[in-house]
Amino acid sequence: MANEAVKYVWEGAIPLQIHLHKSDVASHPAPPPALVLAPRIGYLPLLIPHIKPYFKDSLPPGEDSIWFDYKGVPLKWYIPTGVLFDLLCAEPERPWNLTIHFRGYPSNILIPCEGEDFVKWNFVNSLKEAQYIINGNCKNVMNMSQSDQEDLWTSVMNGDLDAYTKLSPKLKMATIEDDFSRKASLSSPQSRQGATEMDVAGQVKTARVPVRLYVRSINQDFENLEDVPEIDTWDDISYLNRPFEFLREEGKCFTLRNAIESLLPEFIGDKAQTSGEERSKDDDTEEADGLLREMGEIKLARIQGIEMKLEIPFSWVVNNLMNPEFYLHISVLVKAPQR
Amino acid sequence: MNSGREVSDGRLTVEGFSVAARAFADKWKIHNQSFPPWSWVPLINRTLHLSNQQEEGYLSLEEILILSSLEESPEDESLNVATDCLEKEESVDHTILVQNQENEAHYYDFHIVYSSSYKVPVLYFRGYCSGGQPLSLDVIKKDLPSCSVSLLHESKWTFITQEHPYLNRPWFKLHPCGTEDWIKLLSQSSISTGCQMPVDLYLVSWFSVVGQVVGLRIPLEMLN
Repeated sequence: MANEAVKYVWEGAIPLQIHLHKSDVASHPAPPPALVLAPRIGYLPLLIPHIKPYFKDSLPPGEDSIWFDYKGVPLKWYIPTGVLFDLLCAEPERPWNLTIHFRGYPSNILIPCEGEDFVKWNFVNSLKEAQYIINGNCKNVMNMSQSDQEDLWTSVMNGDLDAYTKLSPKLKMATIEDDFSRKASLSSPQSRQGATEMDVAGQVKTARVPVRLYVRSINQDFENLEDVPEIDTWDDISYLNRPFEFLREEGKCFTLRNAIESLLPEFIGDKAQTSGEERSKDDDTEEADGLLREMGEIKLARIQGIEMKLEIPFSWVVNNLMNPEFYLHISVLVKAPQR
Repeated sequence: MNSGREVSDGRLTVEGFSVAARAFADKWKIHNQSFPPWSWVPLINRTLHLSNQQEEGYLSLEEILILSSLEESPEDESLNVATDCLEKEESVDHTILVQNQENEAHYYDFHIVYSSSYKVPVLYFRGYCSGGQPLSLDVIKKDLPSCSVSLLHESKWTFITQEHPYLNRPWFKLHPCGTEDWIKLLSQSSISTGCQMPVDLYLVSWFSVVGQVVGLRIPLEMLN
C-alpha cells in the first residue's frame, strides 16, 4: 500500500505547450502548439507519440531526430520532466512553453535518443547506480528477470503506481532510515515495504542515499523569483551526482539542510564556522558582516515541485519524494559566496 | 599523506583517488615517454567551489593523434600513435604526415574520473577529427588495435555514450559496474598478504586492464 505522499508524486504533472520550431514547419499556415500534460516522473521523449500526430502534416520530408528546447537551451532528455521544470523555471511557467524539433539533433551537446529503448536503458542504469549506492551492490537489479524489468519500466512509463508497488519489492532495496524514520515507522500500523536483511538496525553503519543535485548559483540577491535571470546554457548549472553519506547513530536525525550542506560544503549554515583557522570568533559587527557576505546562502530547494522547508527530516524527504529509480533529485538555487 | 593506506575491497575513497591519480601520472611520465603526460584538472567549478579540504579533480590526456591507416599489422597492440607530432610543448602541432588521401587525423581525449557512486575510477574518452567533429563508435573501433576489439567482444566491457559528469558534452565511457571485483583479483595476485593494494598503485593496476580496452598499453615497469 503506497502512502499518500508517494501517490501525489506519481500523479504530479506539468502542462506543456509544445511549439514546432519554425525551421521544421513545411506547411502553411504553421500548426498551432500542442498541449500535453507531462508526468513529472516521466521523460520528454516518452511524450513524442502524443505530440507527433499534431505536427506530422507540417514536417518536411526526411527522417526524424527529435529534441526539445526551452528558450534556446536544448533539454537533456534523460532528466525527469519535473526536475527540468523545477530547475529551468525559477518562476513556474504554466503552461510551460517548449519548442520541439524534428531535425538537426545537437549531437555535440545531447547524448542520442533514438526511441523509448534509450529512455528505458537510461532508467535501468540509474536504478542500478542507485541500488549500488543503497545496497552496496546492484545484483538484485541485474538478477531481475527480463519480463520483470520490462514490467517495472512499463509501470513507470504509464504512471501506474499500483503495478510499480507490486514489483519494486523484488529490487530488495534497503530502506533509508535514521532515528526519525525508525520511530515514525514503529508508530505506524503499516510496515514499510521493501525491508531486507540490510534493514536490521545497526548492521549498515554508514548509509548512502542516491542524490542528484542541480545547482544554480546567482550572484545577487533577489526579491522575486521572476527576477532570477534565465539560464543560457547548461554550463550555468552545476550537476552533482553524489550520494549523501551518513553514520547511523542513535538519536541522530538529519534535515534536508544537513544533506544539502554536506554536498555543498561552502554553504555551511552555521555562521560561526569559518573556513580558515586564522579568523577569530569575535563579535565585531564589521567582521560579522564580512563573514555573512562571504557565506553563500541556499535560497531555494525544490523537490517534485515543492519548495522545501530545509528543516524537514531528510529520511522523510527521501522515502516520500524520490523518483522511481530511487534517486532524489533536488533543484537548488543558491546565492554565491561573495569573493 | 595517505600513501601508506591500502585498499582491500577494490574501491577507492575520493581522497584515495587523488593520491592514486598523482602516483599514476608521475609513473606514466617516467616510464611512458612516448606519450604526453596526464594532467590533473581540479574541479574548481565555475559556479561553485567544491570542498577544498581535498582537492577533487580528474586526470586528463588529450589530443592524442592517431593516424588511421588502412593496413593494420597483426602485431599491433597499441594505438597507432603519431609519435612525430607529440613533440609539443604548449601547443599541439596539428600538421600531420598523411600517407594517402584516405588517411584522416583522429584525435582522442581520455579522462579518468572518480565515480562517487561506485567508488572506483571510470574512463571517459572521445574521438574527433581535426575540424572537431565527433567520431562515432564504429569509427573509433576501427582505430582500436585488433586485440582491443576482441576484448570488447569477449568480455562484458561495453562502451556507453553518456554525458561527461562535468563538461556537459556526450563522451563514451567504460561502464564501471564490476570494477571492484576485478581490482580485488588483481590485488590477490600481486600481494601475498591478502586483498591489500596500496592506494598509489591502484590506478596503475586499474589502467593496466582498462587501458588495453582502448588500445593504451602501459609499460610493465609502471607496475613496480
